[in-house]
Amino acid sequence: MNRFESLEALAAPIPIDNIDTDKILPGEFLKTVERKGLGRALFARMRYRADGSLNPDFVLNRVPWASAGILVAGANFGCGSSREHAPWALLDFGIRCIIAESFAEIFYNNCFKNGILPIVLAVPEISALRETVEDAGRARVRVDLVGQTVTYGARIELPFDIAEGRKRALIEGRDEIAETLSYRSTLLAWQQANCRELPPILLDVE
Amino acid sequence: MPSRTMYEKIWDAHAILEMDDGTWLLHIDRHLVNEVTSPQAFEGLRTQDRTVAHPELTIAVADHNVPTDNRDGPIEDPASRLQVETLERNVKQFKVPYIPLRSVRQGIVHVVGPELGLTQPGMTIVCGDSHTSTHGAFGALAFGIGTSEVEHVLATQTLRQRPSKTMLVRIDNALCAAASAKDLALHVIGTLGTAGGTGYVIEYAGAAVEALDMAGRMTLCNLTIEAGARAGMVAPDRKTFDWLRGRPNVAQGAEFDAAVKRWRALRSDASAKFDKTVIIDAQDVAPMVTWGTSPDAVVPIDGVVPDPENFSEQQRPQIRAMLEYMDLAPGQAIEGLPIDVVFIGSCTNGRLEDLAAAAEVVRGKKVASGVRALIVPGSGQVRLQAEDLGLDLVFRDAGFEWREAGCSMCLGMNPDRLAPGERCASTSNRNFEGRQGTGGRTHLVSPAVAAASALSGKIADPRKLDR
Repeated sequence: MNRFESLEALAAPIPIDNIDTDKILPGEFLKTVERKGLGRALFARMRYRADGSLNPDFVLNRVPWASAGILVAGANFGCGSSREHAPWALLDFGIRCIIAESFAEIFYNNCFKNGILPIVLAVPEISALRETVEDAGRARVRVDLVGQTVTYGARIELPFDIAEGRKRALIEGRDEIAETLSYRSTLLAWQQANCRELPPILLDVE
Repeated sequence: MPSRTMYEKIWDAHAILEMDDGTWLLHIDRHLVNEVTSPQAFEGLRTQDRTVAHPELTIAVADHNVPTDNRDGPIEDPASRLQVETLERNVKQFKVPYIPLRSVRQGIVHVVGPELGLTQPGMTIVCGDSHTSTHGAFGALAFGIGTSEVEHVLATQTLRQRPSKTMLVRIDNALCAAASAKDLALHVIGTLGTAGGTGYVIEYAGAAVEALDMAGRMTLCNLTIEAGARAGMVAPDRKTFDWLRGRPNVAQGAEFDAAVKRWRALRSDASAKFDKTVIIDAQDVAPMVTWGTSPDAVVPIDGVVPDPENFSEQQRPQIRAMLEYMDLAPGQAIEGLPIDVVFIGSCTNGRLEDLAAAAEVVRGKKVASGVRALIVPGSGQVRLQAEDLGLDLVFRDAGFEWREAGCSMCLGMNPDRLAPGERCASTSNRNFEGRQGTGGRTHLVSPAVAAASALSGKIADPRKLDR
């Protein structure tokens, strides 16, 4: 997993609630067998016009936010489908941190698996942050996971909460599967004690 | 032992150990695998030289991408074909049981799992698909996961989880005859909001839930994710046991009786505490129709499109954007909106009971001219059973297309898509912008309302159709 300690990057404001994962990455782009290359399709329906040209009004098509590494969004970001293709597309585009009022659960979880830091801030804090980064000259934001702060503008420093375990996992960039497999004998013993023997799955028509 | 909710009982029975990051390793009883969210997980196993820990607890089927019109030749879309072929290669290499595309058992994984008796009370069930919540209808703990977690489950048959909060949604009284489980679910989402369930596992209880048949309970639990909760569940009862009895992969005879005894004990204790309780009156539920691009943007069919002015200042721009996308004006009546397409199917409403409810409305009538109407059964078995009842003829005679099983126009990954600007009455689960095709406009409805709308050429109340 990608590590995350701190990040200083341009932040793009997306002042919309309920950004669903269909919006982040539309269904037609799910037909891939790889993780990489989805950045091009990130927010496809907002980023491109019907003829395929860039929509000049969309924030990620404008200078300087086209090279943003942080998004500042609204409430319930990432709702809907469980597709991990959504965080893959964000990562491939270069987004490593999303600051929002709230996140949908599966998406929130998927972010950590990909080294993306989702940060929850209160509504007034987010509104002020969003307004500031709408100004191209003040769009640089610093995120420090170790100290749990977001810093922007004239040294405005916002503390944020994160579960200690999640924080450590991001900083260390753990391989969770390897970690779980290190308990292999415990798992086997548990399964032998607790699992009923199941016959092989029957797939034929009765 | 202190009193526990059903969720807590299932959690306790599957929690193996606590890790140092505050998560628990949870044993997974069933892992359902599809072609869209698994290729990268299998590839991960290969690059790390890992195996599937318990292929016998895993089942794979292609559903999202599959064509529903013609299965004679290879899949035409090369990208879709590659995903299905990749799944076929992976299940072969890792020895995972697989339902082939041309099998009569093929279908949407959330329809097929219960049909095969693979979904049972008290189980933990996961799948790389958010609508895995469907299986909670049997008193299982079932939820959607991302591809990294799919890989984790494949490699270890466990998942790292933090305990959820619990919410009781008690639905008192009886639904009126015209309201279905879909209408109830849309009403619940409208009440809770799309993020109202975030962080919770919902248990549905109360007279209206007990009265639902298993298909209805699956519809209700299926839509739980649209209120932000990952899992919804209903305590198993006699209906559940009757439904399971005799299915493949379900114990028989004395073993079945013993299982029923265990399943009965899953029910939340009478004094169990929920973190939150929401009480809903089923008599408030009418046939429902969504007007916006979020499933909580819903009104009764005799309602009108809301006025952005009646929302908070923060919400207003988004309500306006939804109305613009949907091409609707404040105060406009929902009933009577002209539609172009009707889609009946999906993991939400693609079961035999759903098709029967639609057929009852359709029988002897014709689809309005200019309307394209699709029936896509949730599984090959549903299709066969419907044909045995002659429902396919009811639909075909009326002018509906009768398709093979799959996810189809619910998310338009196969060729079944809306064209830009087309308006659709759909029994699926999401009305997000572009979900059914770029520029398409989705109104989520029950099978009966979808059927009535197909006949009328506009959003129609089945109670008002000429008999």
